[in-house]
Amino acid sequence: MTQKKSRELVLKGISGSPGICIGKAYVVDREGVNIIERYPISKAMLPKEIDRFKHAVEKAKKEHARVIKSLDKDVSDTLNILETHMALFKDKMLYGRTIETIQNEQINAEWALRKISRQTKLMFQQVDDPYLQSRVNDIVQVSDKIMANLLGARNIKIADINKRVIIVAHDLTPADASQIQLERIKGFVTDRGGKDSHTGIVAKSLKIPSVFGLARATASISNDDILIVDGSSGLIIINPEEDTLFRYEERLARFEAYRADIERESHLPAITRDGVALNLMANIELVEEVVSAKDNGASGIGLFRTEFLYLDLKRFPTEEELLLKYKELAELMAPQSVTIRTLDINGDKFNPYIDPVEEANPALGLRAVRFCLENKKIFITQIKAILRAGAFGHIKLLIPMISCMEELIEVKAVIRQAVAELERDEKVFNKDIPLGIMIEVPSAVLMADELAGQVDFFSIGTNDLIQYSMAIDRRNRRVAHLYQALNPAVIKMIKMTFEAARRNDIEVVMCGEMAGDPINIPVLLGIGIRHLSMNSASIPVIKKMVRDIDIEKARQMSEELIQFTTVQEIIRFIQEEYKEILPYKETED
Amino acid sequence: MNRLIQISHQTIILNDLGMHARPAARIAQMAMNAEKNIWLSDGNTQVDASSIIDILTLCAKKGTHIHIQAESREDATILEQIKAFFDNGFGELTP
Repeated sequence: MTQKKSRELVLKGISGSPGICIGKAYVVDREGVNIIERYPISKAMLPKEIDRFKHAVEKAKKEHARVIKSLDKDVSDTLNILETHMALFKDKMLYGRTIETIQNEQINAEWALRKISRQTKLMFQQVDDPYLQSRVNDIVQVSDKIMANLLGARNIKIADINKRVIIVAHDLTPADASQIQLERIKGFVTDRGGKDSHTGIVAKSLKIPSVFGLARATASISNDDILIVDGSSGLIIINPEEDTLFRYEERLARFEAYRADIERESHLPAITRDGVALNLMANIELVEEVVSAKDNGASGIGLFRTEFLYLDLKRFPTEEELLLKYKELAELMAPQSVTIRTLDINGDKFNPYIDPVEEANPALGLRAVRFCLENKKIFITQIKAILRAGAFGHIKLLIPMISCMEELIEVKAVIRQAVAELERDEKVFNKDIPLGIMIEVPSAVLMADELAGQVDFFSIGTNDLIQYSMAIDRRNRRVAHLYQALNPAVIKMIKMTFEAARRNDIEVVMCGEMAGDPINIPVLLGIGIRHLSMNSASIPVIKKMVRDIDIEKARQMSEELIQFTTVQEIIRFIQEEYKEILPYKETED
Repeated sequence: MNRLIQISHQTIILNDLGMHARPAARIAQMAMNAEKNIWLSDGNTQVDASSIIDILTLCAKKGTHIHIQAESREDATILEQIKAFFDNGFGELTP
């Protein structure tokens, strides 16, 4: 083979999951990915499933012992490694936690093992020490052997990828993504995918560095090319020069050290220093994201956005189609709760399958609940599907964009009609589903007391609340700087909403992006908020932060904020007060 | 995380390779016989001494100071054994 010196090539795509990885490319077709199924195990069958796992471990150990016996004593180095493997089979962090996971999550042994070995591997991704790095292989080998025994001989394809690689693929469906053995993969890049595409959503939900929408990736990269994937800035570098490599190795070490630290405790509950338990939930858009929500330690789905199916089908889904998705979600998450938000979209998105109406200002136009109340058939179909899914798990119903009492009264009439129709048709459903509304329009904040008397919970949607309060469109670059979560006006609005809810004894969830940014957490907890819902990937970071917070101190701090009238003062004050616990932030160089 | 530590010894990693799988396996074996938890700490991170994997996440190199901590006084002997193993450079010191 002739050695040809390739030039460094940089491709710019869309940032998937943050993080950096450096490794060899592995260009895949479908067969390249090992298939591990995930399925629930009923309570009664759990002991059997755990036995199956124990049995697989025993069998793997026996096979391993045979290998050791067959070796000559003079290959003592290999022998040493193999003897270490023997001890690893029953290591607490692998063996004990896999059994725990089967038990707690009621899932099959393969999936539990995959999950645990993946988490374990993440802790080792501090790659400055080559010896330690190669220990990752020990864990991979040991869990592979157990996995092989679990799957049975016929299914093994594990030898396909025998080194840790960066996957380069044309596209990645949610099904592919759920089957990737992440512990074998450092990162991935794809040709396809825009910001709101399936691939995009999936890429963000995986916790390995990824860049998508690269167009030319599979064409420009060959197997075994050296790649740098910079998921944070959406760049990939093919065959990097030495100083590029050096620069990225340094950034990688810093990032991994930070991440290993938070991963270690993401599955534990979020309890503040003074013992207040918080409810950290995930915002999701696809049922497939449940896996990453659970892996990240979410205690429920605080916001399920339902728009995807409507846009994906290019027509309005039927009640049965919706029910199927919602039911699956409810069952996967049970006994934890799932909050389903009804259609939150501009009417014009449904072009061309409904009549297009030109709107000069769509953000202030016929959207979300307003659109639904104009199109009652679409609305009632969705409400019925949600009520029916409620019979299969713990579902809550959430209505977006309520701006006045009239809308809420009308929504309740629609729900009553849905209940009547379901009763008439003798469907199985839950008519006592908790009803909540999004507080994201300033007029709803001002009416919060009255609205709170009519519903079971509030969900504060900060993204829109900030835009409507400050009268800015954050996609408009010339005013985007005014999108300020910690603007004193925004803080006042959140406080008013929370106080109104407390007076009426209803729950408040914060589900905007604000909940996923560490700097906002002391303020939100100080105001009194205890339920936060965010992108799955943010949960471990926020959990870590929460554990260092003292509620009483946060409360005092949030009261002291009243003295400040500008956002700069507020940010400076929080940064000063919490400088020890605000997480490390990668600065762009 | 605050755990009730009853006894603590300080030691240092002496061998060239630092903490690696073989000594980690040996330490885990010793720690597994303890009445209560035994922890290793490098001052920042505290790990469960009965898990090889957890020990390895310390990424402890030659020269790292390690505290060996026990939650029960009854485990004093085991603690001494582990300390001796450290002090002996995991049996990997070249004369």
